[in-house]
Amino acid sequence: MSPIRLEPLDLFLASALVLLDAGLSVALGLRIHRQVLWAAVRMVVQLVLVGYVLRFAFALGSAPVVLGIVVLMLLAAAREVAVRPAHRLRGAGNFRIGIMVVGMSTMATVLLALFTAIRPLPWYDPHYVIPLTGIILGNVLNAASLGLDTFFAGVLSGRAAIEARLALGSNVRKALAPHIRDAIRKGLIPIINQMSAAGIITLPGIMTGQILAGMGPMEAVKYQILLMFLLAGGSGLAVAAAVFLAARAVTDERQRLRIDRLTKR
Amino acid sequence: MTPTTLLSIRQLQSPHAGPFTLDIGRGECVAILGPSGSGKSVFLRLLADLDPGSGEVYLAGEPRESCSGPAWRSKVVYHAAEPAWWELTAAAHFSAEQGACVQGLLPLLNLSPALLDSDITRLSTGERQRLALIRSLACQPQVLLLDEPTSALDPASTLAVEQLLRSRLEAGLAIVLVTHSEALAGRLGQRCLHMDKGCLTP
Repeated sequence: MSPIRLEPLDLFLASALVLLDAGLSVALGLRIHRQVLWAAVRMVVQLVLVGYVLRFAFALGSAPVVLGIVVLMLLAAAREVAVRPAHRLRGAGNFRIGIMVVGMSTMATVLLALFTAIRPLPWYDPHYVIPLTGIILGNVLNAASLGLDTFFAGVLSGRAAIEARLALGSNVRKALAPHIRDAIRKGLIPIINQMSAAGIITLPGIMTGQILAGMGPMEAVKYQILLMFLLAGGSGLAVAAAVFLAARAVTDERQRLRIDRLTKR
Repeated sequence: MTPTTLLSIRQLQSPHAGPFTLDIGRGECVAILGPSGSGKSVFLRLLADLDPGSGEVYLAGEPRESCSGPAWRSKVVYHAAEPAWWELTAAAHFSAEQGACVQGLLPLLNLSPALLDSDITRLSTGERQRLALIRSLACQPQVLLLDEPTSALDPASTLAVEQLLRSRLEAGLAIVLVTHSEALAGRLGQRCLHMDKGCLTP
């Protein structure tokens, strides 16, 4: 089966549902109608722009163009990782952690998928590279920012206990261990939820998309399983790296806790 | 530096306090009095290498930089005014090797061994303060930096703490004692110094 094409009028009708949300806000005094409408407008503009960018990239299909788009996506994701936590490291420390973590974990998982499982020709085929990078980035970003937020909050609230351990001769790894564990665990919860809910509570996005686009269910399922594994690996790498880098950043060469390097957003 | 000097402090300072220059002998207790916010705790934290600063500190002639931060802090132990706990019971804060030492110290501070296994948040402030002192002493420090160690204690417990500290001083421990009690400073300290606006004066 070939996908059923949507016409602008179809979208126009569906947009009435956003107006329903806005109306709800006005009626119940939620005061989010402007936010709802603005978010909907942003979504439409962003997606249409992305559509044009992808059409351009697919038409050219050259390695530098694909690489350029991937780098822009990585930078945007790193920025999100940096601004999401309630606390930030001085001197753009969050962004530095974000770019390292997002770049490393996304590259590792995307390249693994491209060279072992999917094997497109050429290997940088934008039809595969760009959507794959996008999905993995979204999850990596989630895991890393949750991990950082939990770690910074934990270190701040547990400061007295951490310093008490240091004052008794503990090394920083031992003194920070409970907070490192908590933060990594928190970052992995979304992917664990996604995997355990997949198919029963939710029909995951990729699978849904491919079925709508006419792919057979079993083929769509195989893609979804591959993706979940990639997301699990990417999330784990990202949150562990983010939290360990953050732990390094809030301590120094004399193994002191350097809360002074954190500022509140 | 005299032969009995244990801790030598030279031009130690942070942006908030100092510079401090001071020699403390083996078995000596230096008491520091002064108003709240004058920099007493800042000084102790600097000595323990918990906050960054400039200047030099030597322990028995060895510069602080010759050992790692944790190694330094296990020899020069900072005992905070409000001791923090990170496990559910006091017992979980001690290593297996510290067990005998802890059991020996409990009766000296009028504490029952049963307290070790009770929920730490259920204990009184005074009990926690004495347990924290045991925790600091169980590290076998060479220098103990005490920040108001008897602020929550009744007279009998204060006396017990004083006796314990005196016996440790006789065994060679050096103590820097920050306190608001001039009486305690006078009884324990061989020397009394005053901290005012980040400066130490006799």
